[in-house]
Amino acid sequence: MKNELNVIVATDCGSTTTKAILIEKKGNEYRQTFRGESPTTVESPFEDVTRGVLNAFAELEELSGRKILDGEKIITPAEGDTGVDIYISTSSAGGGLQMMVAGAVKTMSAQSAQKAALGAGAIVMDVIASNDKRLPHEKIERIRDLRPDMILLSGGTDGGTVSHVVELAEFIGAANPRPRLGMTFQLPVIYAGNKEARERVSAVLKDKTALKITDNLRPTLERENLGPARQEIQNLFLEHVMAHAPGYKKLMSWTGVPIMPTPGAVGEMMQAIAKKENINVVGVDIGGATTDVFSVFDQIFNRTVSANLGMSYSISNVIAETGIENIVKWLPFDIDETDIRNRIKNKMIRPTTIPQLLEDLKIEHAIAREALRLAFEQHKALAVGLKGVQKQREISETFERVAEEETLIDMNKLNLIVGSGGVLSHAPRRSQAMMMMIDSFQPQGVTMIAVDSIFMMPHLGVLSTINETAATEVFEKDCLIYLGPCVSLTNTGKHGSKCLDYIITYSNGNKIEDSLLLGELRVFDLKEGEKAKVEIIPARKFDVGEGKGRKIVKEVAGGVVGLVIDARGRPLDLKEGKGREPLAEVLSKWNMAFDAYPE
Amino acid sequence: MTHAYTPGLRLAEKIQIRKSRNLPLPGDVIVKKGDIVKSGDIVAKTNLPGRVHSVNVVNRLAILPGELRKYMLKKEGESVQKDEIIAETRPFIKMFKSICLSPITGNIESISDITGQVLLREPPKPVQVSAYIDGRVVETIEKEGVVIESNATFIQGIFGIGGETTGELQIVVDSPEGIIKPEDLQETHKDKIIVCGSIIGFDAIKKALDIGVKGIVVGGIRDKDVNELLGYDLGVAITGSEDINITLIITEGFGQISMAQKTFDILKHREGSIASINGATQIRAGVVRPEIIIPYNKEYADKASEMIAETEPPRNEESVGISIGDPIRIIRNPNFGKIGKVKTLPSELRTIETEAKARVLEVEFSDGQTAVVPRANVEAIET
Repeated sequence: MKNELNVIVATDCGSTTTKAILIEKKGNEYRQTFRGESPTTVESPFEDVTRGVLNAFAELEELSGRKILDGEKIITPAEGDTGVDIYISTSSAGGGLQMMVAGAVKTMSAQSAQKAALGAGAIVMDVIASNDKRLPHEKIERIRDLRPDMILLSGGTDGGTVSHVVELAEFIGAANPRPRLGMTFQLPVIYAGNKEARERVSAVLKDKTALKITDNLRPTLERENLGPARQEIQNLFLEHVMAHAPGYKKLMSWTGVPIMPTPGAVGEMMQAIAKKENINVVGVDIGGATTDVFSVFDQIFNRTVSANLGMSYSISNVIAETGIENIVKWLPFDIDETDIRNRIKNKMIRPTTIPQLLEDLKIEHAIAREALRLAFEQHKALAVGLKGVQKQREISETFERVAEEETLIDMNKLNLIVGSGGVLSHAPRRSQAMMMMIDSFQPQGVTMIAVDSIFMMPHLGVLSTINETAATEVFEKDCLIYLGPCVSLTNTGKHGSKCLDYIITYSNGNKIEDSLLLGELRVFDLKEGEKAKVEIIPARKFDVGEGKGRKIVKEVAGGVVGLVIDARGRPLDLKEGKGREPLAEVLSKWNMAFDAYPE
Repeated sequence: MTHAYTPGLRLAEKIQIRKSRNLPLPGDVIVKKGDIVKSGDIVAKTNLPGRVHSVNVVNRLAILPGELRKYMLKKEGESVQKDEIIAETRPFIKMFKSICLSPITGNIESISDITGQVLLREPPKPVQVSAYIDGRVVETIEKEGVVIESNATFIQGIFGIGGETTGELQIVVDSPEGIIKPEDLQETHKDKIIVCGSIIGFDAIKKALDIGVKGIVVGGIRDKDVNELLGYDLGVAITGSEDINITLIITEGFGQISMAQKTFDILKHREGSIASINGATQIRAGVVRPEIIIPYNKEYADKASEMIAETEPPRNEESVGISIGDPIRIIRNPNFGKIGKVKTLPSELRTIETEAKARVLEVEFSDGQTAVVPRANVEAIET
């Protein structure tokens, strides 16, 4: 099958837009050639997702000159300028996949269940655990009120607790929850817990729910086995959730491989690229309603979704979570609090509007920084090693902060950050996207920053499940836009003190040498395709990844923005203080270093 | 983006409107097709299952889960009274007897000999669905609900808080630009739905609440006043279930913005009629906007429906787009809230102040001045 795929058409049916791309094999390589888009038609008055897909195809046909449709049928296989070899799709329309998970212990099986659901592309509405301190009737009320698309029940290692798991099953049974879509159908429940409790769980739930039993996702304390549960979630997503969404039955009959939830597909792509390049990657997709964060560290994949952090529908929630003062601090001009609050709420109620004034653009970029920062913090808190595993520890480790000790996200080992979503991909200047990502993720050491040019990661994610070569080729050549490498301090010190010397040697032999004070930031020309050797010699108390005072020498590749040396210290400190310049002036200087905004 | 226009909010002085009135769970529909109903009439009812309570009986009695049924005095499905004994041990010496009492009045839902817990359920809670608008029942869906049809004025707001309510419509300002002050509100406004102009402050809302005003329709409101009213910062635009004893609908946006002249004129024209309003707003998938429905009385309604049959456009037409000469409203800074006519529709992308390339249109205001605005930042005014 792999050899027959020369022309591929892929769509992502998002909650507002259906995006179609055409991928063609030109000579020996796969390239993304055309794209079309159209409003998604899941809601009334159309209530048929295929209308939007056909409209997006029509735009593709117009642009590419390739005839894809014969009436409402996709022409396969491709011959000359007619037809395609396969059609594939992802979907997040209608609110995506909303799940509730339950497990015996909050930080063990319940957390593993949460990871399985998130990894499959779901939004986790709540995590119920035997030890979550809620009273039984509160848990039951919560299960009944939430109306998820499905529930994932886990708990107990194989041979471990039975009673706690059965108790959770009893709560679910008593709540008698109803699915979000299709009033008369039974709610799908997946049981992926202690195999010795299967019969009893089944006795409690089989008549009240559409129960599926799969392998335990935490068979031992030392091991997670999330694959089977994830697979079952995606199967049920198609069988139950998608099948009840308007027009999806028809759409499913068109696709060559099963439709995947959009974030699940993006996760596939992240894993494929981390594996191929043998690197650690963090990806983020900041949308209107939600922000997804993906990470692959030492081949361990994690995904989180911050369901209420976004740039339009959820923009107001970013303010509610971070506080208006954290937005205002990023603005290099004064603004009245009432005014900025009204502007943000107006964006929320009219989510499709775009900033026309430069001031409005800067406000949106300030909000994006906080949304990204909060989403990444939530990701770090969930992307942790397995709890309950016995470890040997040094006495000195006892005093380290727990969160830092457990998260798998080691900023110093991070090689690549990929950003996508309107505010990053469509920022008028690429340097704005780079600044937002550096400010919110605060990379340490040497990290490449990139953006997804037109948000085609979902399409490529599904493609990677059938043809990984094609997917990674297109990802590198057409999907990613490398903004440039960022070299950063990993610690901080006295503001204004000299913190590092640098020597940049370009491949043509040109050299730039200078030093930076703590709080400064510089951007150097280093175009895409160019390389340079960077030598950083930190002062005695400063660290750029190799230890205090230790020099680093790295060869780095360029990008459309250039090479950034960030000597602002970590964590980034935006306070005004004695002996410091006013914050607005500092921000303006940083903006100027990036040439981020017009004068 | 290929789609640029925000479809305008619906605004119709006379329209045939249908409202589905559905039960949250299957139940009984108590009206028939063809019945004439008033807004407060009950059209369907059901019982919501009662709350579930759990009692870990084996812990209380210090017995094993497997023995639980032996000690239970009640079986699954049986009714119990609060503080009634549901299980007890039977030791030789009576003073060692342990008992377990029911924490509620209700039924025994389940007895688990694995976990040792007994689930009890409170009696079902009756739920009734009212007609919400005056009109005629045109469809009944067995066990689920009804559809009510009415000839009415229909106006959508942009954002609201608070749920369904009904009351007499009263205009309390002279013009769409007017600002209502607390002292303008009197006892006579009790149970009314008041229409204000460009903005209402928290002090006036507070006075309205004290008097017992049922609803407020206004052009704009400050976000901080909404916070004060709710007691928290509204994060996500999913509203309608706030417990605030008043329903608030804004027609234009946040800040001080005059109510659109046409909206104001229509409301003024219908002053004194009974309006049904709902602040429920949901801006994510499946957009729900707040609504003002003012049914006509029967004789007028029959006449009106004939008129509507001829003039009502098909539903799908509303998002077709905008042509030169069409009236539009600007919905983002600068010129937020201003109304004008489309002068030109250049097809090529233009660079705007932010340096973004966007599809734009040129708008001409009533004073002859013009401005270039991204198409995404205007909405069609429904005519």
